[in-house]
Amino acid sequence: MGRLGSTFGALATDGRKALLAYVVAGDPEPETTVNLMHEMVSAGVDAIELGVPFSDPEAEGPVIQAAHERALAHHIRLRDCLDMVSRFRETDNETPVILMGYLNPIESMGYEAFAARSAQAGVDGMIIVNLPPEEAGVLMKSVHAHDLDLVYLLAPTTTDERAAMICKASRGFVYYVSLKGTTGAATIDVNDVASKLDRFRRFSSLPLLVGFGIKNGETAARVAGVSDGVVVGSAIVDLMARNRDDPVGLNRSVVGLVTEIRQAMDAGR
Amino acid sequence: MTDKQAGKNENLHAFPDASGHFGIYGGKFVSETLMTALTELEQEYRSLKDDPAFLSELESDLRHYVGRESPLYLAERLTAEMGGATIYLKREDLNHTGAHKINNCIGQALLAKHMGKPRIIAETGAGQHGVASATVAARFGLACQVYMGSEDIARQSLNVYRMKLLGAEVVPVTSGSKTLKDALNEAMRDWVTNVDNTHYIIGTVAGPHPYPMLVRDFQSVIGRETRAQFSSRHGGLPDAIVACVGGGSNAMGIFYPFLEDHSVRLVGVEAAGLGLDSGQHAAPLNAGSVGVLHGNRTYLMDDEDGQIIETHSISAGLDYPGVGPEHAWLKDSGRAEYVAVDDEQALDAFRRLNRLEGIVPALE
Repeated sequence: MGRLGSTFGALATDGRKALLAYVVAGDPEPETTVNLMHEMVSAGVDAIELGVPFSDPEAEGPVIQAAHERALAHHIRLRDCLDMVSRFRETDNETPVILMGYLNPIESMGYEAFAARSAQAGVDGMIIVNLPPEEAGVLMKSVHAHDLDLVYLLAPTTTDERAAMICKASRGFVYYVSLKGTTGAATIDVNDVASKLDRFRRFSSLPLLVGFGIKNGETAARVAGVSDGVVVGSAIVDLMARNRDDPVGLNRSVVGLVTEIRQAMDAGR
Repeated sequence: MTDKQAGKNENLHAFPDASGHFGIYGGKFVSETLMTALTELEQEYRSLKDDPAFLSELESDLRHYVGRESPLYLAERLTAEMGGATIYLKREDLNHTGAHKINNCIGQALLAKHMGKPRIIAETGAGQHGVASATVAARFGLACQVYMGSEDIARQSLNVYRMKLLGAEVVPVTSGSKTLKDALNEAMRDWVTNVDNTHYIIGTVAGPHPYPMLVRDFQSVIGRETRAQFSSRHGGLPDAIVACVGGGSNAMGIFYPFLEDHSVRLVGVEAAGLGLDSGQHAAPLNAGSVGVLHGNRTYLMDDEDGQIIETHSISAGLDYPGVGPEHAWLKDSGRAEYVAVDDEQALDAFRRLNRLEGIVPALE
């Protein structure tokens, strides 16, 4: 069983919900990322989503767009992201790491090289925002051949017919985008999320995680109550932007937020 | 069968295929939130495109509002000066709002009306598509927001003023390179947020399926008129058709009705900027590579790590790092050929056309 499977298995045994944290690789400095990944794991994060910088991140709100731009100012490439995962793996061989990004850098590297190098670096899976299952056939073969999980997204606009197809194609977990909008948009309506997840649940036995709009412990706990876990992105990246000139303050504030969310989620179980 | 032969043996009017592809190009590379909206748009379009009531509404607006048909003009002095081919100009500049962009905007605004969407959004670079979108929004009583890079807003203040006069809101885009590609990103972000009440009018034959198909279909009026006009004015078919290619909507519009006329050379002209070797150009078909941007697979200007690079052309209307997927496919199949003209050559042609024919064209 891969790291994702064992992580979700252990969480289920403990009756706990998953907390995933998203940061953009190389934001605000290339040196920030690996250390911060470890710090977040120590503070209670179950898996890391590592954003791969792209020049045209069309699904992101302003907070994460700015993070992509900061990383690109340091010329962080897909291969640099993979190097960061390798370095993270030197001292952490348990916590799953999922790459999150857009297709074009992967096309440039080549599907097979991307899958092989990801597996070698210790990546566990990937979420490719602008790659729906209909277009993913060729990449999926390479990714699965290297025992990596390609995770697909569900949205509020997803029909039952599509949800069934997406849940069948997804591996590792399924990611429900809780809002019509970009990352970092308004706060979510937990009741609405609960009813959507009820509808999607019958299509999949995989963990159903919820992202977009989760900004604090209170929301995270309520969303975790109706799902298998949450993904926190913009709230973390926003703190990083505010503290970008102060590495110590940056780590402290992110660890503070993650700790608050972890405690709220565990208290709510 | 080789790619070259493919262009000769297949019905070139049968594309895109059912999944929205032109060979390996095109497709739907968007976030999940938009997938259902794209399917709905395609269904709506397929149900209306042969509907007599819809077609007569479109036809009536093209005639009485846009001012079609546009003339096919024999450029006698230019022909004499150049000393080669007999040159005809299809005068899309004489349309309402001064460009071909409105052909597509009228069609898509009618679609929006039929889908019950009270709001439209658009991206614009030079401002022509923004002005055409603002114009049809006023014409059909739709709310309109136009996304425009802050660099372009500074360069194209007259068009910004026109859009505002027409009642549209112009939203400055300050992310990325602050130009057309970033305006397109921002329009996608708006659409993902407001997809329930908003129709996104993409201005060129790019973007996710069904946009390359429906924009091409709405622009094909250019080629259909040209075919009929040429036949009655000159007789037969032209030897060649030449059109500029940024995203490629006017070129696709004039090429499409001639795709099966294999005696007619189809020549697309990209912007070579400061030269194809300089890196400062907007010629993905001539000097780019295949990738995925803005919802489709096509030729792109990107670096070896897959980051989109900034383009350069003296013509703001061609300053875009991608190109419509059907052009990518026509290039590979050999049915159309794509060349590039640099800034100097474009300026020279611009001056020549002014002096010899009394026509002030856009730089492209």
